[in-house]
Amino acid sequence: MSALKRHYALIVLATVLLLLPLVLPNNYYYDIVIRMAINAIIVLGLNLLIGFAGQISLGHAGFVGIGAYASAIFPTHFGWHPIFAMLAGAAIASAIAAIVARPIFRLKGHYLAMATLGLGIIIAIVIKNEGTYTGGPDGMPVVALGLMGFEISGEKQWYWVLAATLLFSFWASKNLIDSPFGRALRALHGSEVASQVMGVDIVRYKVAIFVLSAFFASLMGSVTAHYIGFVTPNIADFFHSIELVTMVVIGGMASIYGSLIGAVLLTALPQALSTFEGWETVAFGSILMLCMIFMPKGLVPTLAARFGRNDGEPR
Amino acid sequence: MLSQFLQFLFSGVTVGATYALAALGFTLIYNASNVINFAQGEFIMLGGMLAFFFMQSGVPMPLAILLAIAIPALVGIALEKLAIEPARDAEVVTLIIITIGASLVIRGLIQIWLGKGTHSYPAFSGSEPIHIGGATLLPQSLWVLGITALVVVALWYFFSRTLAGKAILATSCNPLAAQLVGINTQWVLLVSFALSAALGAIGGVLLAPITLTSYDVGIMLGLKGFVAAVVGGLGSGLGAVVGGLLVGIIEAMAAGYISSAYKDAIPFILILFILFFMPRGIFGAQVTERV
Repeated sequence: MSALKRHYALIVLATVLLLLPLVLPNNYYYDIVIRMAINAIIVLGLNLLIGFAGQISLGHAGFVGIGAYASAIFPTHFGWHPIFAMLAGAAIASAIAAIVARPIFRLKGHYLAMATLGLGIIIAIVIKNEGTYTGGPDGMPVVALGLMGFEISGEKQWYWVLAATLLFSFWASKNLIDSPFGRALRALHGSEVASQVMGVDIVRYKVAIFVLSAFFASLMGSVTAHYIGFVTPNIADFFHSIELVTMVVIGGMASIYGSLIGAVLLTALPQALSTFEGWETVAFGSILMLCMIFMPKGLVPTLAARFGRNDGEPR
Repeated sequence: MLSQFLQFLFSGVTVGATYALAALGFTLIYNASNVINFAQGEFIMLGGMLAFFFMQSGVPMPLAILLAIAIPALVGIALEKLAIEPARDAEVVTLIIITIGASLVIRGLIQIWLGKGTHSYPAFSGSEPIHIGGATLLPQSLWVLGITALVVVALWYFFSRTLAGKAILATSCNPLAAQLVGINTQWVLLVSFALSAALGAIGGVLLAPITLTSYDVGIMLGLKGFVAAVVGGLGSGLGAVVGGLLVGIIEAMAAGYISSAYKDAIPFILILFILFFMPRGIFGAQVTERV
């Protein structure tokens, strides 16, 4: 396989990200694209867990919330540098994920869904209740993100930061999937017993991918907090967790391209639906149901199957 | 001291009974179709909101209550027919998202139709509290407990003494074998969804005079019902009832003695601990996976 062909998708994505600013008319559209990129990075990680490893998480917004509030609380209340705060948040999220992962991943299917859902809701309630630090339901402002005297501000600067991060995540996910680690993940999705018999330490892999996806979710929570300059408990709530899972499933489970498509579509959808005054929730719910009924495998795998582009590569 | 304890116990058992009804709803649908119906909470909301709407429009109370239970049952049937059946072979996550989509649609429609306000209606038989050992008990709480007990007995009778009930049990054990002996499994699915929606709605109708109702009460009630079903061991009817009462009581005790701000977190902390130590809930069967 030639280098060009191997990096084909990466080059396409890079080109799109490079050319996009030429067609974005104003900051409103920049803002939407930035949110799409943030969601896409979280969803790439979550898809590794749900799509490739076959483990459900209905509480990932909890990790996003930890990152966001770490970036809000540590610099404001303790005077930490935002970068340290961001890393601390990611470390806390990873630690929580690692601690609960072992007992949680003995569970399967609906029990796993329940456990992760519970974890997410507990984190959201703690954020809402610890008003002295978190500002309670009203939320709190977040300082600007700066590094060595340079501060990221404005939609255009954030766009380039996130475009680079997205490109890196995309590349990293693709590599990860093709590594022995990725093959082990896919194997345990196929059959846990078979992979165990083949010598795959299934619990270790499940824990690892859960921690990894929590780590990225937390980082992106921090980025969201700095970008918007304000955090509210909504970022950690159950509905946000559901949105993230929906992006994975609508785009296509176990599909890296699907993660991008799912994040783009579901970030744009509420914007498009806002003209339906009052009917947004109904429209959003109906679209979810219709997509899942008619394309249970998600957009990208369904379309790939229809147009016969299946060369055995995971997509 | 004792009076305080009794007070918390009463409020815990009352809410717990509603959780038990919701948990039974989860269990019914789970047994019949292996689907966790995340729209279960919306049936509780529908019960309360519809009862409020009909009573406000001048429909006599008994008829209003009947309608508020029958309509959600129809919604349950529609949900099964239109959304679950076409996606029968989909993965767990896909089915979860379908039911979440359904819950958004139901909640959104009610919000448009009846607004965002909080509503209530008079209790069934007055609101003069009864004094027991220094604590007070609302007559409505007795209604909640009485009806829940009746429903549980009726369900027990239905599943162990009638052919239709046994057909449902058979289908939940092995759908293919049930089909082979002539059970209409399609019909079993419909009945399960209708029954579970009705159970949720009954809980909602009973609870609304005590805790008030609005278009968005379904989310938390539903999730706690799910917790109750898992506490008892998913798929066990007895487990659902015990789980519901247990979750209600522990929640009320923790809210009273520890922190009322963390009331909503208690069931979820409880479930994490239970799952850590008893991965299949309290009454869950030990299953061996066949390869």
